[in-house]
Amino acid sequence: MYKQESAEQKEYLRKLKAKKRLIVILRLLLLVFIIVFWETVTRLNWLDPFIFSSPSRIIKTFIRLYSEGSLFSHVWTTLWETVVGFLLGTIMGIVIAVILWLSETCSKVLEPYLVVANALPKIALGPVFIVWMGAGPVAIITVAVTVSLIVTVLEVYTGFLETDSEKIRLVQSFGANRKQILTKVVLPSSFPVMMNALKVNVGLSWVGVIVGEFLVSKSGLGYLIVYGGQVFQLDLVMTSVLILSILAALMYFGVQLLGKWISEKY
Amino acid sequence: MVPAVVVENISKRYHTIDGEVPALENVSFEVYEGEFIGIVGPSGCGKSTLLSIIAGLIEPSSGQVSVFGEKVTGVNPRIGYMLQRDSLFEWRTIYKNVILGLEIQNQVTPERLQHVEYLLDKYGLINFKNHHPSQLSGGMRQRAALIRTLAVNPDILLLDEAFSALDYQTRLAVTDDIYKIIKKEGKTAIMVTHDIAEAISMSERLYVMSKRPGTIKMAVDIKFDIENRTPLSSREAPEFRKYFNMVWKELDVHV
Repeated sequence: MYKQESAEQKEYLRKLKAKKRLIVILRLLLLVFIIVFWETVTRLNWLDPFIFSSPSRIIKTFIRLYSEGSLFSHVWTTLWETVVGFLLGTIMGIVIAVILWLSETCSKVLEPYLVVANALPKIALGPVFIVWMGAGPVAIITVAVTVSLIVTVLEVYTGFLETDSEKIRLVQSFGANRKQILTKVVLPSSFPVMMNALKVNVGLSWVGVIVGEFLVSKSGLGYLIVYGGQVFQLDLVMTSVLILSILAALMYFGVQLLGKWISEKY
Repeated sequence: MVPAVVVENISKRYHTIDGEVPALENVSFEVYEGEFIGIVGPSGCGKSTLLSIIAGLIEPSSGQVSVFGEKVTGVNPRIGYMLQRDSLFEWRTIYKNVILGLEIQNQVTPERLQHVEYLLDKYGLINFKNHHPSQLSGGMRQRAALIRTLAVNPDILLLDEAFSALDYQTRLAVTDDIYKIIKKEGKTAIMVTHDIAEAISMSERLYVMSKRPGTIKMAVDIKFDIENRTPLSSREAPEFRKYFNMVWKELDVHV
């Protein structure tokens, strides 16, 4: 590469930067437009603010919930249930995938069960868990875990099987045993697959927890949404959904950062 | 002198649902310490299977292999294997790649690491030890792969089409390079290839194999009237064509 940048290169970089800036501006404009549009149509009563809520009403609700002091306990409940469900689902999923990889017989025997379990809408088991474990956080977390577990197992296991066979042959030629093949080749080469499973699981754990809270209906954002719907307080529903989307996005970026950090470190 | 490798009446059959496939039949030969042996044959003749059997990665259906007088029963630390592609791990630095074999064999000792440093330094990779494989050229990657094999200090090297993933020009240079390193380190080598010219340019003795099931059709001693032969200088020798035609006829290639 040249040390001295040519005028053409400078022009290219300038254009690239300008384009990037334009996209950021358009994104912000779109957000502003949605908020203004929503506020306007409800103010003018083109849409009923009682049913559709509005940005100003959401802010008011948020302040009210905040001053009542109940907001954070609901957010906290949902958040920790999701984080625990996410961690359990991901870790157990990877562990089971490792077991399947270690024993071909085991994976062959379990294959049809996994396929059926994958196709089954896990949420259907929610009422069963509530009966078994009581209407509480344990049942909710169990729903969240079942939602993400099977997908993780299948995805990570498939990733393991796609490990470059020549790399495996290489470590075998050094006399590697099954455990060393796993730790030296299969796990590190499947790192991108596992990161991907992690990202998918962020979304799935939120689904599991919110559905669990719908069913249990005691506390949490899922409860606020169901409750708000039942008493026709759409402001409450919309506020909860908004908080939910912000939290989910934060968690997603957190996982993304974690992945970047790990891959830079190793 | 005990031969470095003795292959005795090796046969190998692969079993599938549709039946048995004979891959090798009654293959026997001997390799002495310090020799460079080439095995050439049409693709699918069981050359790679033969190397895997010598390396102890797969068991023969009948016959046996001895390395320095000892029967091969599993992977042998005296044998180093070089595969078709360099298979460097992208998630490891060059240094970490090179000590992979030592890690697996629990041999990460100060003496071994010093030997690794010495090899990296001698063969010009010391400044790249913290680079990742993608930052190296094809030739340097192949060199790193060779040092990875040499790090565990094997006496015998098995080269399985080790250069076939490289483009022609790089391949000529890399073969020359790797050959010199192997000779300098005083290793015995068995190389399998389908490239007649490559086999002749590197080997001191050449075995020509038949189509599947692979048997040895011919053994040729390759001698050039040059001092300190290298693969490149061998290619220029007048005898080269003679050997080429001899092997070509024996291989009996039809399209």
